[in-house]
Amino acid sequence: MSDASLSDAGAASPPLAATRPARLRLGPLAPWLLALPPVAFMLAFYALPVLGMLSRAVLDPGWTLVHFQALGDDPVFQRVLWNTLYLAVLVTLGTLLLGYPVALLLVRARRMAPLILLLILLPFWTSVLVRSYAWMVLLGRHGLVNEAMLALGLLDRPLRILNTPLATQIAMIHILLPYMILPIANTLRQIDHSLLRAAAGLGASPWSTFRQVVLPLSLPGVAAGTLLVFVLSLGFYITPALVGGPRDTTLSMLISQQVDQLNWAYAACLSAVLLATALVIIGVFAKICGLGGGAFRMSAR
Amino acid sequence: MRLLTGGLFSGTLGWLVLLFLAAPILLVTVVSFSSAAYLTFPPPALGLRWYRAFLGSDSWLAASWLSLWVATVVVVISTSLGTLAALALARLPKAARGVVTGLILSPMIVPSIVIAIGVYYAFARYGLVGSPIGLILAHACLAMPFVVTSVTASLSGLDPRLEQAALSLGATPWGSFWQVTLPLIRPGVIVGALFAFITSFDELLVALFLSGTGAVTLPRRMWDDLRFAIDPTIAAVSTLTILLTAVLMGCAHRLRRKG
Repeated sequence: MSDASLSDAGAASPPLAATRPARLRLGPLAPWLLALPPVAFMLAFYALPVLGMLSRAVLDPGWTLVHFQALGDDPVFQRVLWNTLYLAVLVTLGTLLLGYPVALLLVRARRMAPLILLLILLPFWTSVLVRSYAWMVLLGRHGLVNEAMLALGLLDRPLRILNTPLATQIAMIHILLPYMILPIANTLRQIDHSLLRAAAGLGASPWSTFRQVVLPLSLPGVAAGTLLVFVLSLGFYITPALVGGPRDTTLSMLISQQVDQLNWAYAACLSAVLLATALVIIGVFAKICGLGGGAFRMSAR
Repeated sequence: MRLLTGGLFSGTLGWLVLLFLAAPILLVTVVSFSSAAYLTFPPPALGLRWYRAFLGSDSWLAASWLSLWVATVVVVISTSLGTLAALALARLPKAARGVVTGLILSPMIVPSIVIAIGVYYAFARYGLVGSPIGLILAHACLAMPFVVTSVTASLSGLDPRLEQAALSLGATPWGSFWQVTLPLIRPGVIVGALFAFITSFDELLVALFLSGTGAVTLPRRMWDDLRFAIDPTIAAVSTLTILLTAVLMGCAHRLRRKG
């Protein structure tokens, strides 16, 4: 606003001579004035609230590390942390194995490419809640999977799939697959085709061309996808809560339970552990592969 | 010539995975048109009974309106503040740019549960739990990174000489923004606004803590229902939200390709 009023004053008098000094005086300050409203908003309604909550981990009542020390021999925390990490590793491997062929298919396809892209993007755009609900419908006792297997005579009574760890794993792999497919397809698309022609011309079989040329060149995409899927799956709450079993609690679910019991110090400790785990993993990837937050910009649906 | 050869095996696997990706979405759509009183597949006959149930329920409609208008206000706040931030980032010195970028993009990295309980912890003291205002403030922060990344991408493709030309021809900084910069970055701003809308419209975790009983959004209403029964009204609501997000995201996708 101050920008505008200053220059309006100048516009009344001969334009160039009058506005220039005003702009020069404002020049170095302008970016700071532009940044002020968004930064103040993010600090007030996001960063300071989160930091205030996290501070409860070490300030309850006075400065103390007692809550973090207690985590060391807390069997519930250790089981939940282990379960969360195990789930994240499993889901990451699952999306990698299932996602790579789809990325190849997408990049190779010509006429079918728009259809393939639509089949990847449609679930990607659908909310996690709706997709988790879809898996409840599919995997339930009278869901499609059970009914189909009964009809085909593969089962004689319905299997219990919903509310087991397997249901969480299937649904999370489904939800996170596009985050693996899209970065891999991105790097595959950039591969110079003359390299493939050269490999073929030198007598390499399609399989060894893939193994020795395509796969190594697509590793940056694999790394970006792995980072995204792993970090996102660490924080999962909705899906395990809806389709998972009563016993396979994730770190996010435990945090929410502690807040419900107004156990803020414990919830803050767990939040700090979850956040630190995510940041360490991003840091390690940034060090090894030179990618960090950049991968997350691709996560925009 | 098939240069990126993948064997028959990987091709087949690829199509099977695509089926796996699409099936749940298609299934929900089919179930929503079922005439049965409970969830069965395949539906015995097709009908609109669950859409009528949705349209006849005051609580579902109230939740839908709340979600729509909260998302609309979030779009206004996060798009204007996010565009300001993107303009500032293009001009700030390097060190300050790093700090501001870190602050504004961090909601993409910080796990949602941590943000949700953080805002709950702070907002509860100011009576912002159970009020749409609390939801709007928190959702605007979650949406900001999408606007900033999208507008920054547009700005990076902008020739700075155009702005300099406008200024040297006597335009005020304000005038050159409205008449030169904004029209050129408009696709990026619109894509950011669409992302912001969907971010708020689909958001559940913050709503779980901030909705209370006074500000129940659509995802929150679905969640409450899912805890008790999975009746097909949710399938109808889901199909409508899938349609809405697909249309909006489809627009964003096309705009981003062009831009």
